[in-house]
Amino acid sequence: MANKLIDIVNVSKSYGDNLVLDELNLYIRENEFLTLLGPSGCGKTTLLRILGGFESCDSGHIIFDGKNINNVPPNKRQLNTVFQKYALFSHMSIAENIAFGLKIKGKSKAYINDKIRYALKLVNLDGYENRTPDSLSGGQQQRIAIARAIVNEPKVLLLDEPLGALDLKLRQDMQYELIRLKNELGITFIYVTHDQEEALTMSDTIVVMNQGYIQQIGTPEDIYNEPENAFVADFIGESNILPAVMVEDKLVKILGVNFPCVDVGFGKNKPVDAVIRPEDIDLVKPEEGLLEGVVTHLIFKGVHYEMEVSANNFDWLVHSTDMVPVGTTVGIKVDPFDIQIMKKPESEDEEAVPVEE
Amino acid sequence: MKSKKLLAGPYLFWSVSFIIIPLLMIFYYGLTDQDGAFTFANLAKITTPENLKALGLALLLSLISTLICLVMAYPLAMILASMNVNQTSFIVLIFILPMWMNFLLRTLAWQTLLEKNGVINSILSFFHLPQLAIINTPYAIILGMVYNFLPFMVLPIYNVLVKIDKDVINAARDLGANNRQTFFKIILPLTVPGIISGITMVFVPALTTFVISDLLGGSKILLIGNVIEQEFKQGSNWHVGSGLSLVLMIFIILSMALIAKYDKDGEGTAF
Repeated sequence: MANKLIDIVNVSKSYGDNLVLDELNLYIRENEFLTLLGPSGCGKTTLLRILGGFESCDSGHIIFDGKNINNVPPNKRQLNTVFQKYALFSHMSIAENIAFGLKIKGKSKAYINDKIRYALKLVNLDGYENRTPDSLSGGQQQRIAIARAIVNEPKVLLLDEPLGALDLKLRQDMQYELIRLKNELGITFIYVTHDQEEALTMSDTIVVMNQGYIQQIGTPEDIYNEPENAFVADFIGESNILPAVMVEDKLVKILGVNFPCVDVGFGKNKPVDAVIRPEDIDLVKPEEGLLEGVVTHLIFKGVHYEMEVSANNFDWLVHSTDMVPVGTTVGIKVDPFDIQIMKKPESEDEEAVPVEE
Repeated sequence: MKSKKLLAGPYLFWSVSFIIIPLLMIFYYGLTDQDGAFTFANLAKITTPENLKALGLALLLSLISTLICLVMAYPLAMILASMNVNQTSFIVLIFILPMWMNFLLRTLAWQTLLEKNGVINSILSFFHLPQLAIINTPYAIILGMVYNFLPFMVLPIYNVLVKIDKDVINAARDLGANNRQTFFKIILPLTVPGIISGITMVFVPALTTFVISDLLGGSKILLIGNVIEQEFKQGSNWHVGSGLSLVLMIFIILSMALIAKYDKDGEGTAF
């Protein structure tokens, strides 16, 4: 794939005694849609603000296009930011807002007017030139904030939870709009969010962060299907995380029962964590399953039913489009490739923590 | 609904008896002569050379004082706004503290400080330094105005400054503006409402004051406020005093309208 555009080397940042980023290393390639994903307080916004130049890092280097930009002020950086609360200039019209960066750069009037029209068309708000920011809805203001940033033709667009304040429907529309924009403009997006669905939908690469550390970097498929630790498994989607013992290659003992799996290289009789996604569990007749359990809860979720099955002293979370009434005895079956084996957490920050949303 | 209206009763009584009726009396006295006949003669009294001079001087001194207040208050408000909350409340307290003392007392204190044989000159002569001779001059009046009215300029500007979202300033920097451009294109326009109310709160009381000019200007320098005061107290001519008050009121309304108009042209969305 394309070259490294931004290289983040050993970056640390703390506020007082609170270590927000700890020796973080990450690189971002050209034309990549990279998402920093994590619970609040994981350091993702701080990292973005360091990239934007609004915060400085305590140690480490930010390399942009081969040059160290640690001491470059925000107005000299070739990147633009879309802020969480839009931060539009309320004393200016929409056109003046969009023209702000171009006027400062001393572009000609004709060029600026062209750019305003082009940008408004791009965000589907043609004809809004003379409106004021206050007269626009949240979603429209957000699109103006994006237009204001992209007319400057930055190499990188930083987006700080830009859809956080919008309602669900609008958020989904804006997700597709952002993907379209990214493809049309061909610039690098660095996107901060705590919403895993948003991250999975839009990203080329997801960086899962927790407590200042990177937990996993990968494509959305990697992150969802092959979480490296319990934190990632728990944060991305729903999952059953079970203590298990790797008996040998391709065989894992979960809750005292041997399950065939596809993972190798963990050694013999090693304690591990096994992750099984609720939609990967098949409920079958009791005699056909590897485990036998009783359905204890049943909730209709629209697309599927969410069930809890109590088996071998563990409440299994199961998603299925078929309803099984509460009290039914069922068998639990899992295909070998649906079991994801993870090493036991080595540090506290890799443990699954409850997510506050 | 009716009981809620009743709650406004005490204030209604207050404003009718102490604002509306006196105002109507000023209009009555201002537009009649000793015999009660309608006349514009009292208003025309403003055109006598002494009265014109007093009005001109009052306008000049209050304009200068307002400008000095603005120049001093804006940077101060910016410093206050950039500090964290604990420090700010302490410094704001320092500024408000003098306001808790009586206005007359503070002005009298300045008189004592500035007098020919006053505190400042005693200290200066102790060190064999040249004497300060600004008491009974317009400079002393400006000093008194600035000292008394400065907090009224700082607070409204500070209030709008702290309400500006930090990310709006970050956004301007992000879009390529340096510190100077950020200040003139973003911060200053966004604080116009605070500047306007600061100017109003300094200019109007400065224009109408007679206490400061009395105490710090001696009896030699007459501002329009002093002239009106004399008409009421020494001349006992309520008709002329009221007439001049009406003229002054027109000037205040005119200047406020001017500011409001200028603001509308410069900043359509400031309010």
